[in-house]
Amino acid sequence: MLRDITIGQYYPAESVIHKLDPRTKILGSFMMIIALFVITPLWGYLIPFGTLALVILLSKVPLKFILKGLKPILFFMIFAVSINVFFTPGKVIFSYGFIEITMEGLERALMTLSRFVFLIITSSMVTLTTSPMALTDGIEKLLNPLKVIKFPAHELAMMMTIALRFIPTLIEEADKIMKAQTARGADFETGNIFNRAKNMIPLLVPLFISAFRRADELAMAMEARCYRGGVGRTRMKQLRFNHKDVFALVFSVLYCISIMIAL
Amino acid sequence: MIRAENVSFKYMRNEEMNHVLKDFNIHVLDGEFVVIMGHNGSGKSTFAKLTNAILLPESGDIYVADMNTKNDENLWAIREKAGMIFQNPDNQIVATMVEEDVAFGPENLGVDPEEIRKRVDRVLKIVNMDGYQTRPPHMLSGGQKQRIAIAGILAMSPDCIILDEPTAMLDPSGRIEVLDIIHRLNQDENMTVVLITHFMNEAIHADRVIVLDDGHIKLTGAPKEVFSKINEMQAIGLDVPEVTKLAAYLKSEGIDIPSNIITLEEMISELCRLK
Amino acid sequence: MSIKIENLKYIYDPGTPYELVALDDINLEIKSGEIVGLIGHTGSGKSTLIQHLNGLLKPAEGSITVDNIILTKEKGQLRELRKNVGLVFQYPEYQLFEETVYKDIAFGPRNIGVPEEEIDGVVRDAMAHVGLDFDQISEKAPFELSGGQKRKVAIAGVLAMKPKVLILDEPTAGLDPKSRDELIEYIRLLHEKEQITILFVTHSMDEVARLANRLIVMHKSKIVFDDLPKKVFKEVETLQNIGLDVPEVSKLVHQLNQNGFKLNEDIITLKSAQDAILSALRSKTC
Repeated sequence: MLRDITIGQYYPAESVIHKLDPRTKILGSFMMIIALFVITPLWGYLIPFGTLALVILLSKVPLKFILKGLKPILFFMIFAVSINVFFTPGKVIFSYGFIEITMEGLERALMTLSRFVFLIITSSMVTLTTSPMALTDGIEKLLNPLKVIKFPAHELAMMMTIALRFIPTLIEEADKIMKAQTARGADFETGNIFNRAKNMIPLLVPLFISAFRRADELAMAMEARCYRGGVGRTRMKQLRFNHKDVFALVFSVLYCISIMIAL
Repeated sequence: MIRAENVSFKYMRNEEMNHVLKDFNIHVLDGEFVVIMGHNGSGKSTFAKLTNAILLPESGDIYVADMNTKNDENLWAIREKAGMIFQNPDNQIVATMVEEDVAFGPENLGVDPEEIRKRVDRVLKIVNMDGYQTRPPHMLSGGQKQRIAIAGILAMSPDCIILDEPTAMLDPSGRIEVLDIIHRLNQDENMTVVLITHFMNEAIHADRVIVLDDGHIKLTGAPKEVFSKINEMQAIGLDVPEVTKLAAYLKSEGIDIPSNIITLEEMISELCRLK
Repeated sequence: MSIKIENLKYIYDPGTPYELVALDDINLEIKSGEIVGLIGHTGSGKSTLIQHLNGLLKPAEGSITVDNIILTKEKGQLRELRKNVGLVFQYPEYQLFEETVYKDIAFGPRNIGVPEEEIDGVVRDAMAHVGLDFDQISEKAPFELSGGQKRKVAIAGVLAMKPKVLILDEPTAGLDPKSRDELIEYIRLLHEKEQITILFVTHSMDEVARLANRLIVMHKSKIVFDDLPKKVFKEVETLQNIGLDVPEVSKLVHQLNQNGFKLNEDIITLKSAQDAILSALRSKTC
């Protein structure tokens, strides 16, 4: 179950999308998301999904891999959809006892679901096609202007890199600890929500201790490799805008504006 | 390369003062391959951290390439000259892609981007990990991860490399891979190596072995000299090669055999000579 | 308590590009009271195999029978199985989580429903088995202990569940020679005194030579050897071909025989090698 989490994963491939500058991808996805939230008619959602499909096609990332990313948030999606379906007043099209489903409810549920799915897929497209190091580099560069107001752009970017680096390691570790405690008779699967939370202690305590130990050792190893913050650091891979990026950015700005005007 | 002069170090634990190193003297020569052995708590890891200025001596001085670790200004120059490898390969890899991790050290030193690229590709060849440039580290085996960690240090172009139990968490094949690389670095790249370990078979081909016990140097010398002191080694809980024990036994039974045999090959040729 | 494994097969991530057959046609019977070493390369399937014995993985095909508990793809009485089969993972000290050693060791027995009045007894017993002093250590926090002691606490935590079969995954990994030798001795004594069935995974042939009365070698998801250690050690070339080492002593005896000695190849301990070589030398030189 834990192995299904694909958030922040990178899918190496040779594609136009992979070759774009991370800043282009971050800004581009922002535009697409903004555009999405101004669309009101339901049929209008076909446009962003069409665009997204095109991006996915260009990226050469298998659809199956992308959809896997939706699995961990399935529960939230069902929750959001059912609230909308059952609790939106309007024209009743189906009723059974006290349960009423309205036309408006269905519409709203579909809209919420579309937004949810679009948001997740768009943002995971950025991480899937950008190596985490390039991604954090891009974020750092984009936030650079904020350094004037003492915003720790480099530190934030480094923290993200490390978090992304250790997510798979910690997931694997959690899996191992869970198995080990199961072998000692621990139960992670049954009981009510309070019992379950309590039963997580044998998993969470060792996991936290291990995370702290790792953090400590990593800090030491980083210092031993002469890390002393962002000042004076160079980068092996320099970020550079090229004509592809210009094209992609112009496209996403035009796309965003035309949707705002038209829909 | 590394000199420790009358170094003492202690730390507080459970309100007790523990001396980890007492009046410790050591001199590692340029290009030398030194193995430091001792069981847990003998002070060997503390020594490693002292040479990298992660810890500072309580009294006495440590010099790395004639720079005193106590002097703040030397800190980064020392870490550039003497790279350090830790036990757990997972906890020293920073980036999510092999080449980006190897580049981390030189990036910190402000090396030119093109030069970093060259170094990264060169050191990955040295550790036999060429072709793994874009792999994510968490998909690699323990031995491979540790070799990436070594590459990350080599990319900083150090003169000396200090390894603190680099094979303790690896399986036998990972151990062999890593040890091979370390020996090659010493022989082909003339790198000074300080290897800290409790596996006696990793010490057999060293230039010099230093055995620590309770913060003191208990034995020091060529591997042959050190391992032939079977009783002293066993008294502090360290192994000696089986063939060394065999040689001692045969000698005590009146067979004319040298007591400082440490490898299987030597033993075979001695016994064939006696036959 | 005996274990019988029939035609066991297991596949990781079936139907994905990462599909991997980890166990293939495993047939194995371990009798009550045996102490068995399991050796193999990383990725040979040995960890997958032992997780099956504790019901942590379900067979894709075949069955596992522990006494009268049968485990197949469809069914399994996991609770009952876990009461009888104790599994100590690799680096088990990383699973300690309670405030005191006592509570941590008591975690397992409490989970499987050992009555509260018996807990004290089982904790004391378990600690004694691994050589931990109850009065000195039981109220300490596990994190204050040394690496070797933590490992023992973790093992005691499984022993306290009074398993009839004990499975240990690389119990000595990462320990220094002193703690390693000590732990091996405690495992040997435990087997001798309690007559429990023990299966241990290791990378060290020397440990097998010291502990096991049977050795199983796995390679590429299959069992390649299953015999007395001294019989398996004779296969020096085959073992080395699949990337496994042979004990120092077996190597010596083997190579001496290639050089014209006529030593008994059953020799696996230093003591018997010493005697054999000495008498060989004497009979020729004196």
